[in-house]
Amino acid sequence: LFIMQVRVLPFGVLKDSLGPEPFALDIPRGATVSDLLARLGVEAPAIESLGIAVSVNAEYAERSRVLGENDEIGLLPPVSGGASKTAGRVK
Amino acid sequence: VIDAQPLVTAAKKGEDGAVVVFDGIVRNNSRGRQTLHLDYEAYEEMAMKQMNELANNATLRFGVRHVTIVHRLGRLQVGETSILIVVASAHRAQAYEASRWLIDTLKKTVPIWKKETFVDGAVWADGEPFPPGLAVEGANGPTA
Repeated sequence: LFIMQVRVLPFGVLKDSLGPEPFALDIPRGATVSDLLARLGVEAPAIESLGIAVSVNAEYAERSRVLGENDEIGLLPPVSGGASKTAGRVK
Repeated sequence: VIDAQPLVTAAKKGEDGAVVVFDGIVRNNSRGRQTLHLDYEAYEEMAMKQMNELANNATLRFGVRHVTIVHRLGRLQVGETSILIVVASAHRAQAYEASRWLIDTLKKTVPIWKKETFVDGAVWADGEPFPPGLAVEGANGPTA
């Protein structure tokens, strides 16, 4: 089996389950974003239910995107920049 | 600290008829809880790209002449400015529209996260759902 290394950057609430620092991960060659999420779901079971976006080399990427050696993968929970939160939104 | 005045002054040119400034500040409460402070973090490289793209898109879409966006990171206290958006335009209608569009879009697409510390604990803010097409749909379909 041929493997490659990617760099994973967890952000926001995902730092609580995956750790606060970027880390390297070995995955099979030809793996997609979807495959990576399945692999990370072991440590972070909520990863598929948070409504996250994924970036590859600092650009938004789709689930079917095929990853390459040394790609930098951002795991991006729903963002909360800007000013205070929209009033009245209930969870 | 974001100092609004020099940014507003720098944005003005002779051909402008209006400058609209959005100054987003840290509120003292959130969903009924009393806020002590906020901590903002970003995927900085990507956030810079996204904010540049937003500024360019706003000038094309609304025909405004100039956009400045500044966002603070790290710990912010109640009353401090977290974001400043300055839009300069020949006409005020476009400037108002662009300003509103910029903050609304930024809040959904620019990779910045906020941890809220209250008197009784700290949480990552829920965040705004990504616009269609940006979120990676869950393995069992959309969960939202």
